[in-house]
Amino acid sequence: MAAILPKKTYWIVWIVLELLLGAIYGLSRISMGPGDVIIPLFLAAIETLLVLLYFMHVRFSEQLIWIIVVAGFLWLAVFVDLTMSDYLTRGYVWWLGISH
Amino acid sequence: MVLATPELGITLAMIIVERAWHVGIFDPALGGDPVLFQHMFWYYSHPAVYIMILPGMGVMSEVITCFSRQRIFGYWFVAGSSMAIGFLSFLVWGHHMFVASQSLYAGLAFSLLTFLVSVPSAIKVFNWTATLHRGSISFETAMLYALGFIGLFTIGGMTGLMLSSLGIDVHVHATLFVVAHFHYIMVGGMVTGFLAGLHYWWPKITGRMYPERLGQLAALVIFIGFNLTFFPMFFAGWLGEPRRYASYPPDFQIYNIMSSAGASILGVGYLMPIIYLSWSLRYGRKAPANPWRATGLEWQTSSPPPKHNFKQTPIVTKGPYDYYPDIEEENLREERRREQERKQTEPRARALQDQDFPHE
Amino acid sequence: MNEAQKHLEVQYDDPEQQEKTAVTGIWIFLSTEILFFGGLFVAYIVYRSTYPAQFSLGVSLTDHLLGSMDAAILLASSFTMVMGLRAIQLGRQKALIGLLLLTIILGLSFLSLKGLEYHEHIVDHLLPGRDFNQSLPRQVELFFVFYFLMTGLHAVHMTVGIGLLTVMTIMAWKRKFSAQYYNPIEVCGLYWSFVDIVWIWLYPLFYVIHWKG
Repeated sequence: MAAILPKKTYWIVWIVLELLLGAIYGLSRISMGPGDVIIPLFLAAIETLLVLLYFMHVRFSEQLIWIIVVAGFLWLAVFVDLTMSDYLTRGYVWWLGISH
Repeated sequence: MVLATPELGITLAMIIVERAWHVGIFDPALGGDPVLFQHMFWYYSHPAVYIMILPGMGVMSEVITCFSRQRIFGYWFVAGSSMAIGFLSFLVWGHHMFVASQSLYAGLAFSLLTFLVSVPSAIKVFNWTATLHRGSISFETAMLYALGFIGLFTIGGMTGLMLSSLGIDVHVHATLFVVAHFHYIMVGGMVTGFLAGLHYWWPKITGRMYPERLGQLAALVIFIGFNLTFFPMFFAGWLGEPRRYASYPPDFQIYNIMSSAGASILGVGYLMPIIYLSWSLRYGRKAPANPWRATGLEWQTSSPPPKHNFKQTPIVTKGPYDYYPDIEEENLREERRREQERKQTEPRARALQDQDFPHE
Repeated sequence: MNEAQKHLEVQYDDPEQQEKTAVTGIWIFLSTEILFFGGLFVAYIVYRSTYPAQFSLGVSLTDHLLGSMDAAILLASSFTMVMGLRAIQLGRQKALIGLLLLTIILGLSFLSLKGLEYHEHIVDHLLPGRDFNQSLPRQVELFFVFYFLMTGLHAVHMTVGIGLLTVMTIMAWKRKFSAQYYNPIEVCGLYWSFVDIVWIWLYPLFYVIHWKG
């Protein structure tokens, strides 16, 4: 049946999650240029991974589940990627190497 | 499809919100971006049409192997290509938007990806053709449709490649050329494949045989009608006739007339199976378990199958499409099996037959 | 008879297979949800990258404190949910009921805070439509369209989740689960954690990132 993890694991994961949330909140108070976008998203990604792997037991699940999870996110990533490739290159002129 | 349809759902929800709240998500008059809608729409719709063709391809593998009495050429390539098509079809949606003010570089990316996705489809067509090579080909109705599929799908596929070239697409976008392309794929491909499958499995599903000669005639009529309808559209489209228009300049009249004529013939062609298949439900000859001497689990049970499908759980000893060798032994076994069927379906004659043919 | 055997459906060979099927099934559904929400995320990202300044302005108009509290509550509820699953894996019926109730309470708190936020926004003329504050740029209205759409959709999922958990609690109270059979709890737990993950992404996008481009 499904894996039974020790209580300690869940406690630690939860504390780390709340700490990450605190970090996002705290860092939002300061201005970091492009880091403003990247760092909260990066921290959110770590939070997601923790929830996926531990709370949702993906780490202890068989390959089929991995594939389904990865596929879902991969398909979304493809959608974002290729759509943004349109919007970000609208004004791009390659032989001049600049945007707009 | 599991992954694309929810995306379509949310797009429609956004349209509803847009209309209800009078805000501009996609509506340019209110500050929205219609190209975004196109992105979201085609992200679902393009994979959808590839999903539409995949069952037809599956039918093809079954029918071609059966009526050329050969194993399929390159089984793993055919299977792998299906998976590749499923995956790659998600990466090409922008080829519907080449002229929709999408960025040129995104257009380049989508064009390249579309060229890529044609490769697995081509692999399948080559493999089916190779399956025919040195086979013992017979021209039952299902096979006629299958052969039609190979040719028509190839034409559709190659014109698809033409459309995915940016330069050509600028010329023929939203003309009858596009219409002809996707009809060759959808009707010449999928509908033909569907009819092939319908005739192939009709005896199994309904327990009745359809009239073979009529079936072959209908296949021919459909083939002629279809080509007469859609082939002129390639020319009309190339010369500039737009799609979705009710009227056209007189220069295009000859093409449109040919299409209309073809459509009438096609209509007759579609009517024929409707009539004779319905007829066969009541008056058709009772079908044996395996009229086409096909391999495959469904043919090991009676036509139509009993509720629990098999009287005993079948044990699979052979690989897929295992037609060759052992043909003679197979034929002998089939002969004996057919005797069994006849005995079971004609109880009055059974007593007589028992004297002539020994039990298994 | 073994508890699990009692619940074994006709088409499965053994309880293991039934559990694996249930988990696979819910994961496939969750993958579709990734794309369901994903469509909105893509549209949001497109507009965010086109109008970074106005969307930042929108971010400054959302209530950061309430949003963070929401996030903290949801993370805690995921925690209590998975602890509840663990409890029933070890056969502890009472602990399961308690943790399920705790999860429900946390979920309801989330929804009430959300309701408070929405009320604030409506009072401040931030609800898109005729009532919207006309002195703000049009793209801010678009920001709030996405805000209400995405958090609203999320709230609907939360409500469904709370409903499911209520059913689970009643079933647990009737002692329908055991250490050998807890498939519904597992499935609901996965759904709940997924809804949590959606909020993990909604939070930075709507409350935190204030990059002006």
